[in-house]
Amino acid sequence: MTATTTRPTNRIGLTTQDYQGGTSTLCAGCGHNSITSQIISACYDLSLDPASVIKMSGIGCSSKTPAYFLGRSFGFNTLHGRMPSVSTGAMLANRTMTAIGVSGDGDTGSIGFGQFKHMMRRNVPMVYIVENNGVYGLTKGQHSATADVGQHLKYAGTNSLPPIDICAEAIAADCGFVARSFSGDAKQLRELIKAAISYEGTAVIDIISPCVTFNNEDDSSKSYAYGKDKEERIQDIQFIQSFEEVVVDYEPGSEQIVKLHDGPTIKLRKLTREYDATDRWAAIKLLEESRNADIFVTGLIHINESRPTLQQTMSLIDEPLAYQTEAQLRPSRAAFAAVMAEF
Amino acid sequence: MTSHDTVVSAPIIDPSIPIINDFSLVVATENGSGSQTANNTLIRAIFKMGVPVSGKNLFPSNISGLPTWYTIRVSHQGYAARREYSEILVAYNPRTSDEDLSKLPAGGVCIHPADMKFTTPRSDVVYYPVPVKDFLKEIAPPQHLRDYIINMSYVGVVTQLFNISRDEIESALMHHFNGKRKAVDLNLRMVDLAIAHTVASLPKQDPFRVEPLDKTAGKILIDGNTAAGIGAVVGGVGIVAWYPITPSTSLVDAITEYAPKLRPAVDDKVNYAIIQAEDELAAAGMIVGAGWAGVRAMTATSGPGLSLMNEFGGLAHFAEVPIVIWDIMRMGPSTGLPTRVSQGDILSAYYLGHGDSQHICLLPGDMSECFSFAGTAFDLAERFQTPVLVLSDLDLGMNNWMTAPFEYPETPFDRGKILHTASFEQFLADHDNKWGRYRDVDGDGITYRTIPGNQHPRAGWLGRGTGHNEQAVYSERSEDWQRNMERLSRKLETARTHVPAPVVDARAGATVGIIGYGSTSDAIAEARDQLRAQGIETSSMRLRSLPLNDEVRAFVAAFDVVYVVELNQDSQMLQLLCAHAPKHAGNLAPVNLCDGLPLTATFITNRILAHRASAQK
Ligand SMILES: Cc1ncc(C[n+]2csc(CCOP(=O)(O)OP(=O)(O)O)c2C)c(N)n1
Ligand code: SF4
Ligand SMILES: [Mg+2]
Repeated sequence: MTATTTRPTNRIGLTTQDYQGGTSTLCAGCGHNSITSQIISACYDLSLDPASVIKMSGIGCSSKTPAYFLGRSFGFNTLHGRMPSVSTGAMLANRTMTAIGVSGDGDTGSIGFGQFKHMMRRNVPMVYIVENNGVYGLTKGQHSATADVGQHLKYAGTNSLPPIDICAEAIAADCGFVARSFSGDAKQLRELIKAAISYEGTAVIDIISPCVTFNNEDDSSKSYAYGKDKEERIQDIQFIQSFEEVVVDYEPGSEQIVKLHDGPTIKLRKLTREYDATDRWAAIKLLEESRNADIFVTGLIHINESRPTLQQTMSLIDEPLAYQTEAQLRPSRAAFAAVMAEF
Repeated sequence: MTSHDTVVSAPIIDPSIPIINDFSLVVATENGSGSQTANNTLIRAIFKMGVPVSGKNLFPSNISGLPTWYTIRVSHQGYAARREYSEILVAYNPRTSDEDLSKLPAGGVCIHPADMKFTTPRSDVVYYPVPVKDFLKEIAPPQHLRDYIINMSYVGVVTQLFNISRDEIESALMHHFNGKRKAVDLNLRMVDLAIAHTVASLPKQDPFRVEPLDKTAGKILIDGNTAAGIGAVVGGVGIVAWYPITPSTSLVDAITEYAPKLRPAVDDKVNYAIIQAEDELAAAGMIVGAGWAGVRAMTATSGPGLSLMNEFGGLAHFAEVPIVIWDIMRMGPSTGLPTRVSQGDILSAYYLGHGDSQHICLLPGDMSECFSFAGTAFDLAERFQTPVLVLSDLDLGMNNWMTAPFEYPETPFDRGKILHTASFEQFLADHDNKWGRYRDVDGDGITYRTIPGNQHPRAGWLGRGTGHNEQAVYSERSEDWQRNMERLSRKLETARTHVPAPVVDARAGATVGIIGYGSTSDAIAEARDQLRAQGIETSSMRLRSLPLNDEVRAFVAAFDVVYVVELNQDSQMLQLLCAHAPKHAGNLAPVNLCDGLPLTATFITNRILAHRASAQK
């Protein structure tokens, strides 16, 4: 795993090349591709060992993307809407892995909605990215459940049902890491992904990711134009690794420092509004207000590190279950005899 | 063919000729009235007297109030199947007492609360009234235990009338209450009152007796779900994901109960996870994720849950992920008859998925197979990197059966062709540095598998339901798709010779064959004895797995008529047999029933006799 070129390497000696996957087959300009790039950058920056990552997805254009990053890692492109359950099983089987999951708004907001909620309720450790374009890309342009009222699509017509807000659902489900971003906001996205990977439980990032083929008209709230025009960052976010020094640059009260379990830090610098990302109620208010005011807020909406992960709840051993040997899995003869004696 | 063709039927009982260790007793109560303790006490006491005994609970889908029947069969021959009739009735449910009474054969026995009124009393049965209310007054049990104690009154009467050992009743209660003397004594007081009353006021007028034998020594009584739960823990289960559904729930309950005893926590931490999912779809997804990541993962469900697992069944087959699904079959769709037995999931289980997927299915036929197939299922799932379905049923799963104690397994786990970091390195060295997740290097259709955690930079692969080539890379090329499907077929052929072979009992001079599987085995064995008594010798084959092998084809070919015994409407196994032995499909004749009850020997015998009679016309 040594770099033979002059390309820069990270702390474990890998180049960005080592974090690439296969060539994307998505449409040129698809927002999903930008997210793939930021996943690659974030993993490189974190010096993640690709062998310690599992890439998960459901079904959709968005769910195809795990084939396009971290080609060395194991992964599973599962069933439509079922990434949460498969990831739950995988993360119970091997708690030492880092799971990075990619889903779509159809995959998460419709067919997989129940699993999505239950995964958060269980606090399965994984990064759960929703590449949200308000439309079913892969099946060619139907409205998804995150489509805004009035969203107009060429074949599907005008949507008149209210949208599901992925972040609001995550907060309602007691998810401890809830963020929203825009695929056109590379820097924020990268910092959020790094923070999400470093977070211990379920980390949901709802990313507006325009579908250039089916839903990129300027009046769509999932278009590039809208994102560029309406995005309001609630904070300036900086992810600081555990070995880096946290420099406090600003006057007191203008920064919120969130220390994560393993030592890294998220530094949130105040922009226009007062906002405390650890306050769940404030998060609900923010989402409700911005929705009514037609503002596209992005950033770390909520963070709470108090909930135990599923593996902790289940009192699992620290080692991966998948690597337990027969000697560890077979009951002793004495224990077996004692049980048989009960009958 | 209906039961009008009955040839073997209930005998007339002559009270002057003793009937020893060969009769059935049915206890009619209300669901939720706590009769299970009383019935288990009777069964265990008879069993401990060395007399073969079996119990079947015919209960409604209801928490309390609806009628329930529990049949206890005492059989010195060791027959454990349900019988069409019981000679002895414990009529403790006023709402069904008339109907229950009408079903007694002439000369039968009716034990009932003294204040019970029958609208159409019969003069050809023996009555033993029990002054339950008087007993209650005397004992005055706490209100919440009242129903339990009431039921102990019939335990006392039955004990005295039929010569069951009172000491064994006490031991059975000690076993049930884990040695809690106070609980045992309260129950025993009722038993003893009833015994004393029987001695004093109920002179024996019937021929039925239990006499001690030595036919149960060293045996245990257990239900199939408990056996399977213990088997799974012994078999190295890592993750159990499930959603509650009768009659599979008690299998997971058994894992929950026995895992801490068999694989105790170290520093309060355990090496297994039992997770109640939000539905069967999620349960299937969880075990697919766990199996893919390298753990022995299983679920337990029943028909409706299996339907929900369909899409995952297809995915796991195609992405080649080892999982184990226990299907404790019950009757019908949706709620169907959820507390009644069936073998109705054979086809849906075998073909689980979107089509073009045939799965390894195991068909346990007794308690020791419920236990051992739990481990076998994991071995086969990992060997063949595929779903394995274990098709048990409500009768096997929830009723008590006599069995030899289970043996500690002496064969090591078969983890199949799995490569970890070092073995992967070695594999590359041995194979020209070539590896593909779906490359068939051994020609048996089974490829080599790596799991997350493997550190080798080439070990990773992306599991998927989409078309893929041998490198597990997305491919829509027809040749890749076709080659992969052909390999999967080859894998099935390899499996055919590895799965548990059928058990054949060939008898000299046999003119007909009988094929059966699962919970009908006891009824078949008894029916064969009945047929022999009628001059018809049979050979039998008990199927223990799918896919079917050559031996099965040869058996079908060997007789002019081969009866296929099963508990479903569409003769599902017969359909698979027709496809497997098309040249001899004409030999196959269905002996199938879809009435929700455990099969009886007389049904099989009469159906076969009627079929032969009509063939001769
Ligand atoms: C069970 C099932 N139903 C339907 C489909 C068809 N299907 C594939 S992708 C998709 C929608 C994907 O939408 P989304 O999750 O928003 O992803 P996008 O393509 O927009 O990124 C559907 C309905 C399927 N693959 N599986
Ligand atoms: S259809 Fe839309 S979502 Fe799919 S790849 Fe093209 S632009 Fe992206
Ligand atoms: Mg979409």
